[in-house]
Amino acid sequence: MSVDVTLPQLLRRNAERTPERAALREKDLGIWQPYSWRRYWREVHDFALGLAAAGFGRGDKLSVIGENRPRLYFAQLAAMSLGGIAVPIYQDAIATELAYVLDHAETSVVVAEDQEQVDKILSLSERLPHLRLVVYDDPRGLRNYEDQRLRSWEAMQAAGSAFGAAHPGYVESAVAAGDPDDLTLFSYTSGTTSRPKGVMLTHANLLSPAQAMAASERIVPADEHLAYLPMAWVGNSLISLALHLWVGFTINFPEKPETLQRDLRELGPTIALAPPRYWENVLTGIMVRAADSGPLKRRVFDFFRRVADRAAACDAAGRPRPLGLRLQRALGEVLVYGPLRDQLGLRRARLVYTGGAPLGADIFRFFRAIGVNLKQVYGATELSGLCAVQPDGQVDPETVGRMLDGMELKIDDTGEVLVRSGGVFKGYYKQPEATQEALSAEGWLKTGDAGYVDGHGQLVIVDRARDVGKLAGGAALAPQYLENKLKFSPFIGEAVVFGDARPFVAAIVAIDAATVGNWAERRNMAYTSFQDLSARSEVRELIREEIRKCNLGVAEPIRIRRFLVLNKEFDADDDEITRTRKIRRRFVAEKYAAIVEAFYREAAAVEVSAEITYEDGRKAMLNSTLAIVDVEPAEQAIGEPAYA
Amino acid sequence: MSLAPTTPVEGASGDALLVATAVSKRFGGVRAVEEVSITVRRGEIASVIGPNGAGKTSLLNMISGFYRPDTGSIVFDGHDISRSRPAEIAALGVARTFQNIALFSGMTVLDNIMLGRHVRMKSGILASFVYWGLAQREEVAHRARAEELIDFLALQDLRKQPTSALAYGLRKRVELARALALDPTLLLLDEPMGGMNQEEKEDMARYIIDVNEQWGTTIILIEHDMAVVMDISDRVAVLDRGRKIAEGTPAEVQRDPAVIDAYLGAGDRGAAEHKGRAA
Repeated sequence: MSVDVTLPQLLRRNAERTPERAALREKDLGIWQPYSWRRYWREVHDFALGLAAAGFGRGDKLSVIGENRPRLYFAQLAAMSLGGIAVPIYQDAIATELAYVLDHAETSVVVAEDQEQVDKILSLSERLPHLRLVVYDDPRGLRNYEDQRLRSWEAMQAAGSAFGAAHPGYVESAVAAGDPDDLTLFSYTSGTTSRPKGVMLTHANLLSPAQAMAASERIVPADEHLAYLPMAWVGNSLISLALHLWVGFTINFPEKPETLQRDLRELGPTIALAPPRYWENVLTGIMVRAADSGPLKRRVFDFFRRVADRAAACDAAGRPRPLGLRLQRALGEVLVYGPLRDQLGLRRARLVYTGGAPLGADIFRFFRAIGVNLKQVYGATELSGLCAVQPDGQVDPETVGRMLDGMELKIDDTGEVLVRSGGVFKGYYKQPEATQEALSAEGWLKTGDAGYVDGHGQLVIVDRARDVGKLAGGAALAPQYLENKLKFSPFIGEAVVFGDARPFVAAIVAIDAATVGNWAERRNMAYTSFQDLSARSEVRELIREEIRKCNLGVAEPIRIRRFLVLNKEFDADDDEITRTRKIRRRFVAEKYAAIVEAFYREAAAVEVSAEITYEDGRKAMLNSTLAIVDVEPAEQAIGEPAYA
Repeated sequence: MSLAPTTPVEGASGDALLVATAVSKRFGGVRAVEEVSITVRRGEIASVIGPNGAGKTSLLNMISGFYRPDTGSIVFDGHDISRSRPAEIAALGVARTFQNIALFSGMTVLDNIMLGRHVRMKSGILASFVYWGLAQREEVAHRARAEELIDFLALQDLRKQPTSALAYGLRKRVELARALALDPTLLLLDEPMGGMNQEEKEDMARYIIDVNEQWGTTIILIEHDMAVVMDISDRVAVLDRGRKIAEGTPAEVQRDPAVIDAYLGAGDRGAAEHKGRAA
């Protein structure tokens, strides 16, 4: 499938073909307020004039920073309409990261959601020589600001309408002049290993997976999606820009992040996409509430959960469900599964995706078992989002799906997954060496993932290619596989597994503050902070039990032998985890080298000093002695306390 | 100068919104407020501070009509309100919040805010009961205003929550929303930050400034947190044992020896100066 249209051209097309249909819907003042396609185009057009009046043109970059909001889309499409490039930014990025990306991308216009973001940008302005304008959406609190570069949204439109009067048809002809192969979006990857890299994408790049997905998943204009993902994540741009403009369905915006659950439930979107972290959190929430409910409710829930598990096991094995199980499943649908899906806002959800990182197989099975059509997608920022989706009816938790039409797959001799498609990016901005490393001369993208194709033609990802290691005994170890198993425990928030070239496997675990806190409260354990809670021997014992359970499902050589409960959460502000919640393994291994050494020195405790970064960028040192726990105390150690 | 000089000005000058002239209030033998005169100008944030029992809340109660002054007069926006009842004063555009939150705890956040619009509703009992025509349109218009306030105070996720289920700081915010629902010209805030933690105080201070800037609402603030008062007030009046002992800009008041004495006793002036610098 070749792409012969740009994103702004699609917007114009939709505004002409279905001017009155709702393109966007925003919950504002308690009411879902629609924006028709005609109005969408009008808003983009007017803001584009404002940009043009300020001298913005082909090749210039515009960044948006804030929650998912209609005006941030207007701004991105306005820049694209003029042949400019949109550079969405993670709104929770700390100042240094933000400065790096804005400076590296040479952004000249920033559109910020509110005062908080404006303050961040202005505080960095000395380091941003290319910055000419900061436009804000919400004027609140900005009345007395005097920075010359600051403009309200309305002021931009007013300047635009004067420019438009002098240059009739300006935006229309700029849109018509657009070429599908023009660069249109820089998506900065959150990079598990290094500084963020600017992935350069064209209109054709973004539309290629969008078109393939719309065709294979039969996405139609009547579909609804709720946009709440970070705007800077490529998955968001793929769905809420490319797929949205191509198919013409409706994108909805929640009232504010805190109302997301309620808005989801009110709306009942038909398409949902979320990173694994989201599904993990939802499952944890369900487990906590089930544990907190009365004995009758809890029993009913537990019973039907087992029914769902058995049904899922039958399906996975390809056996038909026995009649008794079918009846129980039907009763469960009425009593538990249906109401649960409704509570989660998935009542009408037809297509539910998880992507961006692997999701634990058990978590995956849970959602499928309660009737959520959760499917894995596989992709990368460098592939404009995705290249593989699990087809309906062929969903196996171990795979990440089948390649979409027009996407080619190859596994090289080292086991690395290579992909060639219309979505393959044009390179990393201003980093030709990195581009050469990632792209072969024939246009194959090296994904950096190790994997294989299973008997049904579906791709299976084992781990990051460079992370797959071997224990000293020779057993292959894919750390991520174990980490995902660990994270199925509601008490474990994050885990990092070690073992490459070592005699056994060890893990650093960060507890899930909400669940463990709740668990402690139910036992009347008083605690003051995350740090305090993590250090409790009861909590170590709890985690040990969870690891034992996890070990049961794992081959003997790669069972976890020792672990440590960390006294802080892995935090993106400390660079331990990316903004999309992927563990930066190498960084963590270096930062906590002392712990890793202690694991294999057979030490019972270790002195740890970790640097923590506050949200405003200040840093502090956290010093403490942490106990290392043996999961199964060795024979000779019985009778001796293994740890304090 | 926005808080008037000690000698009262007859007939309220220029843009004075509220002029209290030599008002006094006694309870039995206790002189709660004695001959206090203040003038608050349109659009300013004026604070009244003073030690416990200085008469701050009594002064506020006289302005809002809960007490009638024994002597003296209060003129609001050209109306003499010295003898008016609370409902009449509210109808003129004076709203208040209370030191001890006074919300209807069984009702939702939204219902509490809608109640605040009550004095602005015009349809009679019968029309409201049938909920037809004008009454319906009126309800919709009032609901729209309530939603603006919910948006303004970021209460979207709490709309349907009963106020009894809310944390203290949030209840204070709902009370502010209800007071604002009256579309007041003058807003009286009685210790809006009492019992709050630092973060909640900062949020509340931000909201007070935003109310003042966005709608030009004049505000009289009673507050114990000196850092906040000095930070957001245009003018400050200091009461001690029922009398006004100082007034002026925050900086002037902080330097005033009488104020330092009233707050900390004459022996502790060093500490007070230290506190003044920190604020």
